Amino acid sequence: MNHLLTIDTAMVDWARAQFALTAIYHWLFVPLTLGLAVMMGIMETLYYRTGKEFWKQTAKYWQRLFGINFAMGVATGIILEFEFGTNWSNYSYLVGDVFGAPLAIEGIVAFFMESTFVAVMFFGWNKVSKGFHLASTWLTGLGATISAWWILVANSWMQYPVGQEFNPETMRNEMTSFLQVALSPVAVDKFIHTVLSAWVLGAVFVVGVSSWYLLKKRNIEFATKSLRVGTIFGLVSSVLIMASGHHSAYTVAQTQPMKLAAMEGLYKGGTDQPLTLISAVNPFRQPDYERQDEPPMKIAVPYALSFLATNDIHGLVPGVRDILDGYTKADGTVELSLEQKIERGRCAITALQEYRKAKKGGAPEVILNELRTEIKENMPYFGYGYVRERSQVVPYIPVCFYAFRVMVGGGCLFILLFALSLFFIYKGKITEMRWFHWIALLCIPVAYIVSESGWLVAEFGRQPWTIQDMLPTWVGVSHLGSSAVMTTFFLFLILFTTLLAVEISIMCKQIKKGPEL
Amino acid sequence: MTYTFLQHYWCFVVALLAALLVFLMFVQGANSLIFSWGRTEDERRFIVNSTGRKWEFTFTTLVTFGGAFFASYPLFYSTSFGGAYWLWMIILFSFVLQAVSYEFQSKLGNMLGTNTFRCLLVLNGILGPLLLGGAVATFFTGSNFIVERENIIDGVATPIISRWANGSHGLDALLNPWNVIFGLAVVELARTLGILYVMNNVADENLRSRGSVRLVGTSLCFVVFFLAFLAHVLLGEGYAVDPSTGIVYMEPYKYLHNLLDMWPLLVMLVIGVVFVLYGIVRTIASKTYTHGIWPAGFGTVVTVTVLLLLTAWNNTAYYPSTADLQSSLTMQNSSSSEFTLRTMFWVSLLVPFVLAYIVYAWAAIDKKEITLDEINNDHAY
Repeated sequence: MNHLLTIDTAMVDWARAQFALTAIYHWLFVPLTLGLAVMMGIMETLYYRTGKEFWKQTAKYWQRLFGINFAMGVATGIILEFEFGTNWSNYSYLVGDVFGAPLAIEGIVAFFMESTFVAVMFFGWNKVSKGFHLASTWLTGLGATISAWWILVANSWMQYPVGQEFNPETMRNEMTSFLQVALSPVAVDKFIHTVLSAWVLGAVFVVGVSSWYLLKKRNIEFATKSLRVGTIFGLVSSVLIMASGHHSAYTVAQTQPMKLAAMEGLYKGGTDQPLTLISAVNPFRQPDYERQDEPPMKIAVPYALSFLATNDIHGLVPGVRDILDGYTKADGTVELSLEQKIERGRCAITALQEYRKAKKGGAPEVILNELRTEIKENMPYFGYGYVRERSQVVPYIPVCFYAFRVMVGGGCLFILLFALSLFFIYKGKITEMRWFHWIALLCIPVAYIVSESGWLVAEFGRQPWTIQDMLPTWVGVSHLGSSAVMTTFFLFLILFTTLLAVEISIMCKQIKKGPEL
Repeated sequence: MTYTFLQHYWCFVVALLAALLVFLMFVQGANSLIFSWGRTEDERRFIVNSTGRKWEFTFTTLVTFGGAFFASYPLFYSTSFGGAYWLWMIILFSFVLQAVSYEFQSKLGNMLGTNTFRCLLVLNGILGPLLLGGAVATFFTGSNFIVERENIIDGVATPIISRWANGSHGLDALLNPWNVIFGLAVVELARTLGILYVMNNVADENLRSRGSVRLVGTSLCFVVFFLAFLAHVLLGEGYAVDPSTGIVYMEPYKYLHNLLDMWPLLVMLVIGVVFVLYGIVRTIASKTYTHGIWPAGFGTVVTVTVLLLLTAWNNTAYYPSTADLQSSLTMQNSSSSEFTLRTMFWVSLLVPFVLAYIVYAWAAIDKKEITLDEINNDHAY
């Protein structure tokens, strides 16, 4: 394994940082696009059904904000797609046969729908019929949502690689079942959870902006009606997201137990596990999970983690150390220790080397078949063949731990926000509650933090794998110097930050200007 | 459907997407002329609002082209994007700038000013076609990379499969004058198409009459650059593949042989060129004819598709390596598995449906020319 010593670890870190930067910026814009798309659709449907000019102008107002946000989502999105190739060349080759298909389908099916009908939505008010325009608005949102489906299928495959097999002839993973890839349980959970979270963010945005008008005592009818649509939509979405969140956690426990252990700060697991509400995990350093059993000053809900992870309050939840040392699952199967996995991974690599040599040397089919069998048996641990230390396979726990709590806490806060809003609307007091308007307004940045936290949990928890158990980040990179990637990192940082500042400035001016009613 | 058929089919789909992208770069072409063609603020707004209703198509086609290439030829994706890092990064950077420039430029609160974003549109309008053209030209002229699959399991120097053979990471492509010439041909073609598109799309006589004059210059430049490049590739050596061994070797007049061996492509090439010239010449010659974008656009798509197929079909290495001839990528050694290509084939049957609704929506938006009243009183950039 001497070649591993030649990997430029700084390059790996910069490549990860650049991808994370782009993804974080991209995810600032996408959820609002998905969330506003539904609300614009509802408002324009009200215009279509009632014929009232009020709803037309309301829909146009939110479409204007949608448009400003949409452009940035598109701009950051294109970088993400091509960064798979530019920064992760080995990854692109090794899994392109599986991973490329969802990206291509996203382009063919979703992006064209989105880009075709978004133009009709913006420029077609006086050029197409009311019905065609309404259909275009909904199809824009549908295109964005289908796009989310396919990119999340691709992402989920990185978390839970199914429907594929390694081909020693071509030296890459190849798809064997499209349906397993497209409908994997992780993909279904991730899509539902992610889209619902985007809808919640969109609803918080509408409720917050509407509350600003109420604080300023202007555009009262527009604000109260928008707030009503946002509240109902937000409440339904945030209740549904609780259920999808539970199911996501269950799936993570089954497919990525190390991620769950990191989210929980669970160093030594077992049955009857409590769910940590909060504890003093040092945010700036990896905890000593080899010696500690749990983080200090832990406040927890009894049995809740076992229930979350196994649907059984007495269920077994392995901790970081259990996963490293190996453990016996509830069904009696044994999970290998890290050392055993490393051994199996190295067997896979060695068998592959021997196979390639035997093939070139014209070895008989019997030998080739034996080697193929050995490769196949050990391939699930292929990525571990590149691991040298225990610490390499443990994600950075503080980020996972706190981001998870921000995500769940924020989700609960928004349920409360929408419930209160609905209560005040029902009581006819929504225009008077100035303290509530302030809270609703302040919830807008909170919603973005919560939304980004969800992604931090998902992606930090996957580390160090680009493909779970199969390909560590340091083997997936391109042959580049760290200075090249560092330069582009800072270029994109400056560019995205500048454009974000301009977008916020434009958004604020547009909100201040208000609807044309 | 055999594996070979699927490889050829996906090569055709990728070539067609690339050709559509070149056609849709009329957006970039017109944008590169914002300040020189548009003399008044109204005229500049006409140009921006005309292309601004189509930029998403260019963008989406670029993304879909990337996605389709990734899915069908992942080794190209990993080799070219990971290797020619700087070339692709500059291209992407310029497209990011374009995406936001429309929406931001005329909005209240734009603290960078309208002209900043228009300058970015001009930058993208020149750099985008130039660099994409240069990148496409390397399909004929070759690139400086090495592919070694064994590296992943026993590479001593590096475990990475594809790498660029020098430190320029793609910028060396611009040192080859033929790549630059083809890049310039694409810039001038984009400008020609941009002028034709705007002339057909806006109700402004000044822009139309000046557009006709500018068309002479851009189209002449395009024809000169394009014919020079075409003559160079048809009369020079090409990268041939022995189908039985997979060995790549240099063959004199390879691309000319390809045209003659695949005569339907030769017919299509002639038809494509005739349509392009017809659209341009008739627009220049006639004072009333403004629909030149359609024949010229159709011709562009046909011509570019044929050119790209020449680099891959008929036992040709479509992404040749100048550093190590045997590292060159062919349809056979770089495509996805038969299963993936077949699965994607069924998905691609949706394309006619997608094209149908694009045409319908495009026609609905463009059935009336853009007027000054519209850009002053309706949603506009």
